[in-house]
Amino acid sequence: MGNVVEIRDLHVSARTDSGRTVEIIKGVDLNVGAGEMVALIGESGSGKTTIALTLLGHTRTGCSIRKGSVRVAGRDVVAMSGAERRRLRGRQVAYVPQSAAAAFNPSQTIMDQVVEVAKIHQLMPMEEARQKAIGLFRALALPDPETIGLRYPHQVSGGQLQRLAAAMALIADPEVMVFDEPTTALDVTTQIEVLRAFKSVMRERGMAGVYVSHDLAVVAQIADRIVVLKGGEVQEEGATEQIVTAPKHGYTRALIDAFHPRPHEAAATERPGPETPVLEVTNLTAGYGAIGRDGRPEYLALKDVSFRLERGRSLGVIGESGSGKSTLARAIAGLLPPAIGQIRMDGVELGRRTKDRSKEDLRKLQIVFQLADTALNPNRSVGAILSRPLTFYHGTRGRECEAEVDRLLDMVRLPKALKHRLPPELSGGQKQRVNFARALAARPELILCDEITSALDTVVAAAILDLLDELQRELGLTYVFVSHDLSTVEAVCDRVLVMYQGEKVEEMPTSRMKSGAEHPYSKLLIASVPQLDTGWLDGLDRERASPGAEAGR
Amino acid sequence: MTTTASARKGRFGWHMNAVGIIGAAIILFWMVVAIAAPWISPYPVGQIVDFDYYGPMSAQFWLGTDYLGRDMLSRVLMGARYTVGISLAAVAIACFVGVTLGMIAAVVGGWFDAILSRFLDALNSLPSLMFGLVVVAAVGSSMTVLVLTIAVLYAPGSYRFARALAVNVNAMDFVTVARARGEGTIYTIREEIFPNIIGPVLADFGLRFVFIVLLLSGLSFLGLGVQPPNADWGALVRENIGGLSFGAPAVIMPSIAIASLTISVNMLIDNLPRRIRDRSE
Repeated sequence: MGNVVEIRDLHVSARTDSGRTVEIIKGVDLNVGAGEMVALIGESGSGKTTIALTLLGHTRTGCSIRKGSVRVAGRDVVAMSGAERRRLRGRQVAYVPQSAAAAFNPSQTIMDQVVEVAKIHQLMPMEEARQKAIGLFRALALPDPETIGLRYPHQVSGGQLQRLAAAMALIADPEVMVFDEPTTALDVTTQIEVLRAFKSVMRERGMAGVYVSHDLAVVAQIADRIVVLKGGEVQEEGATEQIVTAPKHGYTRALIDAFHPRPHEAAATERPGPETPVLEVTNLTAGYGAIGRDGRPEYLALKDVSFRLERGRSLGVIGESGSGKSTLARAIAGLLPPAIGQIRMDGVELGRRTKDRSKEDLRKLQIVFQLADTALNPNRSVGAILSRPLTFYHGTRGRECEAEVDRLLDMVRLPKALKHRLPPELSGGQKQRVNFARALAARPELILCDEITSALDTVVAAAILDLLDELQRELGLTYVFVSHDLSTVEAVCDRVLVMYQGEKVEEMPTSRMKSGAEHPYSKLLIASVPQLDTGWLDGLDRERASPGAEAGR
Repeated sequence: MTTTASARKGRFGWHMNAVGIIGAAIILFWMVVAIAAPWISPYPVGQIVDFDYYGPMSAQFWLGTDYLGRDMLSRVLMGARYTVGISLAAVAIACFVGVTLGMIAAVVGGWFDAILSRFLDALNSLPSLMFGLVVVAAVGSSMTVLVLTIAVLYAPGSYRFARALAVNVNAMDFVTVARARGEGTIYTIREEIFPNIIGPVLADFGLRFVFIVLLLSGLSFLGLGVQPPNADWGALVRENIGGLSFGAPAVIMPSIAIASLTISVNMLIDNLPRRIRDRSE
């Protein structure tokens, strides 16, 4: 015995809009021992969050627990009444959501929300709860623990908010903590601080936990045991060390392989002589807000950025959120007119906004956005989406256009039958392929990729990256690849440009990224990428003399 | 294969449920009545045919008689022309103008949006009956004047509603992609924005239609609407309101007609084929 959580033969089913019943979880068994941290890992739709939520006796709308038992601290959650479940939640099982920003009420102070659990369950006097909360803030290495509770959620950073969400969950000393992808939305540099705080608090209190994530490297740092899920079934279960170093199941191996991308080989051999670069950006400055007297906007998002990009090459732009990397892509695409600076394509200067550019210039430069969900009009079929740029730029119509759409779908490895479907009927990876095919339809020379794999699962993203690489070789495309994920950049780019607070900090070949970074910020950024090694985070702690140095940001 | 095909059809096809079909049938019925009224009404509208006022339903006068002894059936049938015709025409014009301008304002933005919004806000601040009074006093009452007056009064609300929706859609990445491609305003509005706001816009259309029926009867009460001896349904209720205490069909029948039309319009709109209604999801 000694298991805090015991899940036996759990079946969860959902009703679709058309009235069919779909089984999401197909007979899962799971144990979590006292003081143990178990990670549930898998791609989206694998049922990892659904399982985690059953610990709270909760299922998402339309889902229901059909069979099986979920015992938390010896009591079956499935058999409980609504009132009993309410008493369980917060006190015995607590939940830390993925997006802390959405979990906090923006019009109440943080302290009021952190002590709310104690208030609802009448666990302790309010004053005591506040003192306890301050203690938790300190334990989670938050700055100004005495006063941070008086602030409102928008007055703290994303990483701090995530730790505050953990404090909210910890206030009633639950027996089990459920973490639902708590660091997925954070920058790598922030992620470290949050992971470190979670780990030390959990270890100190000897609490049991369930950690849901799709990121194997993160899980390797924090979990004792890993459960690999796919399609609502357990594929493999084992100690973290064993899963990471000696995976048995094929799916686990695919996950781990996807984590180690093949380093990118330069597509073309070095060509001597000065060639006109495809893209040349000089002293680009752009921003938002009112334009001042010196011609600069009030808030600068991009300060004096210059670079050159040769044909057939790819440039990775990395940096944390707010570093101006997406702004750079938007300014090049003409969506945000730059205040100062020039953008040249094939030696020809481009207009500042899309309106000032010729159709030919617009055609040669295409942009692909991060979220395929919002980048594809949900009401137009895939065929219509792909044929529009063909008609618009090349005047292709009718049967010729149909054939071209088929060719494009084939190019991004999608079946032809897909062209009659609407985007909401496609999976995330398929949508991103359509999104990319639309850019290809223009027959561009340069494609700006804005975080195009960030919203995808590891395995799916790896396939997209392979495709990008292949198309580059076939069509001689040039990419600007904006990403916060360094391993992605490593997989497709020749050179890397590091951005920090709107400025270009450093530019170097990808091969030198791990060893040759010179600027302290680049070093920090590169060192913050979680490694697939269970001792990485602890090793990092020992390495750094003052771990709290970056926490205050 | 067949199951997936039928599931697809049910989820995103042209199929309409029973409630929607009933709504559509009632609207169609009233439209036919409106067109055919002069030929199917048994008596002339203004003719006093019975000495008894507020007469009961009988074989001779199917819906009884009104406060002057005129045949109610003829008056309800002819009233359909005004209520259905004016309201539908007015709501169609108001929504078309409002939604089109709203989408243009959302896409173009800047000073165009600011000036148009303030102008339509100013128009919105006019009390509707007062505006109707001034217009009718100036140019006289006719069906065209009524339709246009009501359309002008209801377009600003429709504009506001469509603009708010379109601003949200306009911020989506696929609109940005269209802009980066170099698409013009008309294409962006027609292909990228309109299909994504059509669901709520149709619901607004139904609501606005009901308000227009009410406004029309208000105008008729003030003598600004349909001129006697003709009357729209709202006016029929007003002029026969004295018969309510006798339970006269003269007041109940036009009320039922109004209710059947307004409810069925909303029944139809709420149950439109998913293909149209759910596009914005």
